[in-house]
Amino acid sequence: MATKTKNGHGGTKAEPYKGTSYKVSIKRQAHPDAPARTEVFELPYRKGMNITSVLGDIAMEPVNASGADTTAIAYDANCLEEICGSCAMLINGKARMACSALVDKLLAEAGGDTITLAPLSKFPVVRDLAVDRSVLFENLKAVKAWVPIDGSYDLGPGPKQFPQIQEARYPLSNCISCTICMEVCPQFNEDTNFVGAATIAQARLFNMDPSGAVLKEERLRALAGDGGVQECGYAQNCVQACPKQLPLTEAISDISRDVIVQKVKDFFVR
Amino acid sequence: MAAATPRIIVVGGGLAGLSAVIKIAEAGGKVDLFSIVPVKRSHSVCAQGGINAAKNLKGEGDNVDKHFDDTVFGGDFLANQTPVKNMTAQGPAIIDLLDRMGVPFNRTPEGLLDFRRFGGTLYHRTAFAGATTGQQLLYALDEQVRRFESEGKVTKYEGWEFLSSVLDGGGVCRGICAMDLRSMEVRTFPADAIIICTGGNGAIFGKSTNSVVCTGSAQSALYQQGAYYANGEFIQVHPTAIPGEDKLRLMSESARGEGGRVWVPKKQGDTRPGQNIPEDDRFYFLEEWYPKYGNLVPRDIATRAIHKIVYEHNLGIDGQPQVYLDVSHIDRATLERKIEGILEIYEKFVGDDPHEVPMKIFPGVHYTMGGMWVDFDQMTNIPGVFAAGEADYSIHGANRLGANSLLSCIYGGFVAGPNAMAYAKSLPAQQGDGGHAAEKQRQTEMNNLLLSNPGKENPFKLWRELGDTMTRHATIIRYNSGLQEADGKIVELLDRYKCINLGDKSQWANTSFAFTRQLYNMLQLARVMVQGAEKRDESRGAHYKPDFTERNDEQFLKTTMASYDSANNQPIIGYDDVDTQWIKPRPRRYDATA
Repeated sequence: MATKTKNGHGGTKAEPYKGTSYKVSIKRQAHPDAPARTEVFELPYRKGMNITSVLGDIAMEPVNASGADTTAIAYDANCLEEICGSCAMLINGKARMACSALVDKLLAEAGGDTITLAPLSKFPVVRDLAVDRSVLFENLKAVKAWVPIDGSYDLGPGPKQFPQIQEARYPLSNCISCTICMEVCPQFNEDTNFVGAATIAQARLFNMDPSGAVLKEERLRALAGDGGVQECGYAQNCVQACPKQLPLTEAISDISRDVIVQKVKDFFVR
Repeated sequence: MAAATPRIIVVGGGLAGLSAVIKIAEAGGKVDLFSIVPVKRSHSVCAQGGINAAKNLKGEGDNVDKHFDDTVFGGDFLANQTPVKNMTAQGPAIIDLLDRMGVPFNRTPEGLLDFRRFGGTLYHRTAFAGATTGQQLLYALDEQVRRFESEGKVTKYEGWEFLSSVLDGGGVCRGICAMDLRSMEVRTFPADAIIICTGGNGAIFGKSTNSVVCTGSAQSALYQQGAYYANGEFIQVHPTAIPGEDKLRLMSESARGEGGRVWVPKKQGDTRPGQNIPEDDRFYFLEEWYPKYGNLVPRDIATRAIHKIVYEHNLGIDGQPQVYLDVSHIDRATLERKIEGILEIYEKFVGDDPHEVPMKIFPGVHYTMGGMWVDFDQMTNIPGVFAAGEADYSIHGANRLGANSLLSCIYGGFVAGPNAMAYAKSLPAQQGDGGHAAEKQRQTEMNNLLLSNPGKENPFKLWRELGDTMTRHATIIRYNSGLQEADGKIVELLDRYKCINLGDKSQWANTSFAFTRQLYNMLQLARVMVQGAEKRDESRGAHYKPDFTERNDEQFLKTTMASYDSANNQPIIGYDDVDTQWIKPRPRRYDATA
């Protein structure tokens, strides 16, 4: 089992907030090409709110702190229980999931009466807090993150697998494609074209599967060139920020090693 | 005749949709897959506990006939039995396939699949991947579809919302009309057949365990276009959810499958924290009332028991509507290996550690047994419109057993896909444009009407009123007076809908606008639910009326069939016989001791 980090949620309960209202400062943008602006909302304080319910409150009464009518905030959200990966955004400057970001803790953490929200900074803004993260799904195609089964008809059971294999694979299979690991990575930018930790972890996941391993070499070659695993600078931001505590740095070092072995092999064989 | 390569549209990228896509792509068809969200973010990820199949790997003598019987009995005999028989028979092969796709199912020391117990059965029949089985299954199918996508066999339209089907002059489906949720463009897409896999409709109840996209909007749109909506009044309220501000978060039945116990303090107003209350002062009411099944009675039974303990015995914790779900007596290693995913949810959202303290839970709207009427080939009464998964009404009858939903989604998709292909191959060519221009025109006009509404109503507030009404009158306990009141309220809301003022009229990624379109469909479908419930004067599965506490097979061993009366803008409720050819209906009792 990987060591669990708490990432600011869970564990101890925050001190109760004393105010009757609080402010939310939101970076907004009407359109991908529109200029960004900040709009502040003042909301009555209730206990037990999370950021997605705050955004729901604003939709029900879209009036900003200056009393002017405005529009509901655009953002991505679906499951609201941190398993669909939709609602990643910058909350008080930190990349995290809006559904599991609790207002009481955020106010305690900020030490004031204001929470700031902004879209992830490394992906094209669609509108307000919604960004386009399709690059991750393209990367998953590039590393063939699947088991190439013969067909969906009944071919009997799969191979026996010791529980240890399942226990190693399961944590990697919990990746919710939120892209927070990419957002926080200093190497994930246009200069490097780095694929990011999530994709590497998925390559590792399928290389560990007894049948998925048939594509192992192709995956390693896909991660061998520019933008591949070599771009990792071992800043370790990814593993600290991952909301699902994936063992990302382990996966990266495993893949790095395998890529080197593969390169050597290819040098002699090809 | 149709083109040599049938073109099929699948709407919805959860387990059912992806299963259908895989079968079609494998058979050489072209698929366009539409989804509001990137398919990997579909609601199937929320399924936690597992997937049922009678693999009998625990030496208990389980078999597919027992699974069949448990499912029909659990559904209080309302399900047509033939599809249930087929589904349970295919269960073991479906699990094998998922295993081959690389789903990280938990294993036994020998390396075989591990199985756990779930509600409504006495067998270890539920395969699981920790407590995030739905997520793992969805990912496995998503990966297979991504493979087909990279081979050019599947085209995804993510971020598009289904508005309606395109019907030709003969009422035959020729495609869909959809809206791009970024550009707000309305467009029609041609298809020889379409498969609706759009899941549940929890949003009609305001707060539920469902995801944001589970509005039932697509199903309702098709009902308004002439499709039958069946058994709409059968809504599953899950016994154990965490109450929250924005949603009710599911606490999986697997917590009880792994030994979790439900209890309340014996003494009213006991102020001690749960972990400090000694064993003798705890009332394990499910174990006492249902000694044979204990904490693993079916969901409708457990939900009513919790309702009773809170509202009749007044034993809710701190006088609130909540009871304890306790796993703190189970050793930490077992919890980590088997249900860590759900315990993390509790810890993150509530702030207490369920390894140490009992969890506080209450029932929440979770699943619709009702849905689009389909025949045994998964086709609706509109030629060329198929449905599968939670969006259709088959399989679960009056109550769904835990861990049968993932199986029914995959089974439904696997049946719908090949049947849609077969249908498409024999479809005569369309006349003219097949109704495309007219449908696009109709949908564009609806959009324009919304954008020019002059009133003052806020769509989100109307939605909250709908949710409050539905939760009060149409969930655990139902009275005819309340159901009538609810229907009146919905009619009022439909009237006020005409006065919705969209504060945001922009035509770019306008989520309020898309939501407002869904809201209309939610209102229409809500009437189907409350009217179906009102007319069904009996108690069966999840549908319970204190004024009619017995099941009445003579009158109501019938499928409720709702159709839309467009002239009067209201549902017509009719009935159809249930296929009971395999198992003779018998009284459904879980309180026996033998």
